[in-house]
Amino acid sequence: MSTSSPLPAPGAPLEHYVSTAPFDLQSVEAMTPEQSKVYQASQLRLMWWKFRRHRLAVVSGIFLAALYFGILICEFLAPYNLHTRNMDYIYSPPQQVHLFHNGQLVGPFVYGRHMTLDMDTLKRNYIEEQDDVQRIRFFCKGDSYRFWGLIEGDRHFVCPAKNGQLFLAGTDRLGRDVLSRIIYGARISLTIGLVGISFSFVLGIVIGGLAGYHGGLFDLIVQRIIEVLQSIPSIPLWLALAAIMPITWSPILIYFGITVILGLIHWTGLARAVRSKLLALREEDYVLAAQLMGANSSRIIGRHLIPGFMSHLIATATISIPGMILGETALSFLGLGLRAPTTSWGILLTEARSVSVIAFYPWLLLPMLPVILVIMAFNFLGDGLRDAADPYK
Amino acid sequence: MNSGVDLLRIEDVGISFAIIGGPLHAVRRASLRVLPGKVTALVGESGSGKSVLSQAVMGILPNTARVRGRILFSDPEKPGTTQDILQMPRDGPGIRALRGSRIGKIFQEPMTSLSPLHTIGNQVSESLQIHTPMGRAERKARTEEMLSLVGFPNPKRAYDMYPFELSGGLRQRAMIAMALICRPALLIADEPTTALDVTIQAQILQLLRELQTKLNMAMLLITHDLGVVANVADEVVVMYHGEIMEAGPVEAIFRRPGHPYLKGLMAAVPHFDLKPGERLKALREVPVNVGNLLGKQTAPASKGADDILLSVRDLEKVYTTRKSGWFGGNQQTSIRAVDGVSFDIRRGECLGLVGESGCGKTTVSKILMRAVTPSGGSVVFNGRDRSIDVLEAEGNTLRMLRAKIQMVFQDPVSSLSPRMTVENILSEPLEIHRRGNAASRLATVKSLMQAIGLDPRFIKRYPHSFSGGQRQRIGIARALALGPELLICDEPVSALDVSVQAQILNLLKDLQKELGLTYLFISHNLAVVDYMADRIAVMCGGRIVELAPREVLLRKPVHPYTRSLVAAVPFPDLDRPMDFKTLKLGGASDTSAWGPQFRDEGDEDILSPLDLGGGHLVLARRSSDVSELRH
Repeated sequence: MSTSSPLPAPGAPLEHYVSTAPFDLQSVEAMTPEQSKVYQASQLRLMWWKFRRHRLAVVSGIFLAALYFGILICEFLAPYNLHTRNMDYIYSPPQQVHLFHNGQLVGPFVYGRHMTLDMDTLKRNYIEEQDDVQRIRFFCKGDSYRFWGLIEGDRHFVCPAKNGQLFLAGTDRLGRDVLSRIIYGARISLTIGLVGISFSFVLGIVIGGLAGYHGGLFDLIVQRIIEVLQSIPSIPLWLALAAIMPITWSPILIYFGITVILGLIHWTGLARAVRSKLLALREEDYVLAAQLMGANSSRIIGRHLIPGFMSHLIATATISIPGMILGETALSFLGLGLRAPTTSWGILLTEARSVSVIAFYPWLLLPMLPVILVIMAFNFLGDGLRDAADPYK
Repeated sequence: MNSGVDLLRIEDVGISFAIIGGPLHAVRRASLRVLPGKVTALVGESGSGKSVLSQAVMGILPNTARVRGRILFSDPEKPGTTQDILQMPRDGPGIRALRGSRIGKIFQEPMTSLSPLHTIGNQVSESLQIHTPMGRAERKARTEEMLSLVGFPNPKRAYDMYPFELSGGLRQRAMIAMALICRPALLIADEPTTALDVTIQAQILQLLRELQTKLNMAMLLITHDLGVVANVADEVVVMYHGEIMEAGPVEAIFRRPGHPYLKGLMAAVPHFDLKPGERLKALREVPVNVGNLLGKQTAPASKGADDILLSVRDLEKVYTTRKSGWFGGNQQTSIRAVDGVSFDIRRGECLGLVGESGCGKTTVSKILMRAVTPSGGSVVFNGRDRSIDVLEAEGNTLRMLRAKIQMVFQDPVSSLSPRMTVENILSEPLEIHRRGNAASRLATVKSLMQAIGLDPRFIKRYPHSFSGGQRQRIGIARALALGPELLICDEPVSALDVSVQAQILNLLKDLQKELGLTYLFISHNLAVVDYMADRIAVMCGGRIVELAPREVLLRKPVHPYTRSLVAAVPFPDLDRPMDFKTLKLGGASDTSAWGPQFRDEGDEDILSPLDLGGGHLVLARRSSDVSELRH
């Protein structure tokens, strides 16, 4: 008395139904080729697949990769040199790029401009001359520079027309091109985050790892130190540490001094992350299994624990890079971090410290734009990495 | 009530997920119905799609799911209206009016499904607050009434308690109260007893059955345990790989199973009627080939009663927690996790250790593995070459001991490192003990894979590519790598499906025979221990209350604790329903329900193991009469 459907008419008694469809006991374990590809993938590959699904993170990653590639060749990318002064164009506002002149396509160009001084307010006014077409040149010869301080060169990606000007982001009080200075400033601002994070990464892993693995009194002391460090307001602490650095130090020494300061303050968060992840991993059965096999501590930490939380750590570190970049910017803005002639985004922003400057020459705030973009990109990237860090969820 | 209407009709539903590696069809084609006031059981292995289907009924599928078909809900309170749950906007007012009010759900894990920050009363009355216009006092009255209905001894007090103050069984009762407070027409119970001890499971099943008749409520019971189904269900639907294999009234399903899958499932469940030496039929049998495995014993192990491999005497473990007051008033509370445990494991036998969660059985196993230091007692291991004092061993002796005693873990997921290939996992013990070179290790890994019936070509794969049963086999292979003499199996099958369980048990049995291994087999499942063990020890409250050969212990149990354990096991057999009357509310370890001769009154007449003959030991008062104990 078996029926052909497992579902009787509404309210009717249920008949005994037995499926007659072909039945394979192994069908649950059988896999499609795509699945077996997934199953043979290593954890790194799974993480990559999962990361790829986070569009915003991938875009941010590409954006950051392009920026970091850019800082390798900023001499080539910048239209002017870092310290080139155009005495006739002080506080010149950004120029607009045009394509058509009198209805005719001439390619990207800017109009030439001349300055008049308002004798009442002493404000410089720039007037565009609509007949002076200055075509922008590409892969051209411009200011000569020493690439990485070693190789002589004068090739630029983009430069102004011969005897013309190209200030896409305006100029500052010495007539220096703001765009070129932003490009050069990226070199310091972007690397200071990386160097600082690797410094605090080492500190965080060693201190947090020891605290998490051994626990006990050491853990207790480390945790209290972290709490004390985290409770000190960071800007006064930076100020105090920055004040220690002798004024006679060379810019490069100050650069490293600043990274050390940032690293010294930032390691606490990472150490906490390491410790809590270690505490969680230590409870996993496979760690106990290794102990029961007779593995010693160094093997357990090296083979089982560190690979287990490395991906989480990289994600955490990525998210804390923006803090470093902001820290440097803030310190330099306050005049306590790097000092001219070193150029970073924070130093560029010191130009915009007074309200009147912002009111008259708002383009001097433009270095904020890359700061915002980079920090958002790092946050999105870190977000994507964090999601991908545990590919089995 | 309109008899021509199904409360819930699931018509031709298919659910799939978009995941890496192509779409996953969790439910291919499922049709089933639940009658008003009746219990429909949905049976299947993990991965069969039964939980996903229940999520679809509640409208709580993940965002990535794609659904087709119809799920019709006809509310008996509004006769003539039928709603299609799948057509309702996600989390819209329509579905929210049903959830909690007309359809209730209880989950598997009572520990995580209650909020730790709110009192029981607060959580239970929350759905009243959402779905009814009742005032505060009325809600409180209704909640207390419901709490007493689900068996809280003191509902007024329970109202203001927090979940952490309750035991697992009481938490599950609170969950049930929460699901039933609005008197739903349909209760979905997703593995409601799987995480519970067997005696608590029996109580919860009894409670569900009672409430279901009292409130005239329908229930969709999702489970993999055929024993539970036989005791509770009216209609049964068997699901495999997202499709319905067999459906029918409970009588037809158990008396005339038709589909090979259901027959296979029934044959794979260990039960007390197995004859000695009878073998379970696993759904998917694994061939064992220990041909060239290192550490294989040539001589069969002796079975003599005097040939003791491991001797445990007066083992104790006391945990002290100190409460320090503000004014220096230190209070020490100590918990005796293991309290005077003594037993012997004979060479070549399998000793079963049974008990409910928290009875100390895992602590004992960890002490034997030197993962926990005991407070007192002695453990002597008489290996083939020499005997070792387990608790004192250091340095090289400890290394040797580690190779001799190995462990199989409960959780096949967390016991294998996700970052290592199977090859690395299996060769790690060999590397640690510096056995052989790279080539000989690879050969050992391959023969280990053969021994557990896995293709040696899989060694480059990662653990996530294996099913639960396969991972557990890899865990067993890792334990065998060093050629141990004693294998401690801590609940090796309790995280696995019934169908896979038989496969692992058979594998362990075959390996024991082929390699002359000795097992300490720890489990809370009496039927499983009965299948595996030669002798069984029952633990309760850190003590061994009864120890006997398996046929004696299960047929003629003496200690009241053992008796209630045996009585609480649900049989997948309609002719042997559970005897709900003998089950006590307080749980089997409630000593006040035991006879006076088994109770520790703290006086001169202390409890000690009494020999009833034939190796049958029972923990009772020294003065009590042996014949009186048997009654």
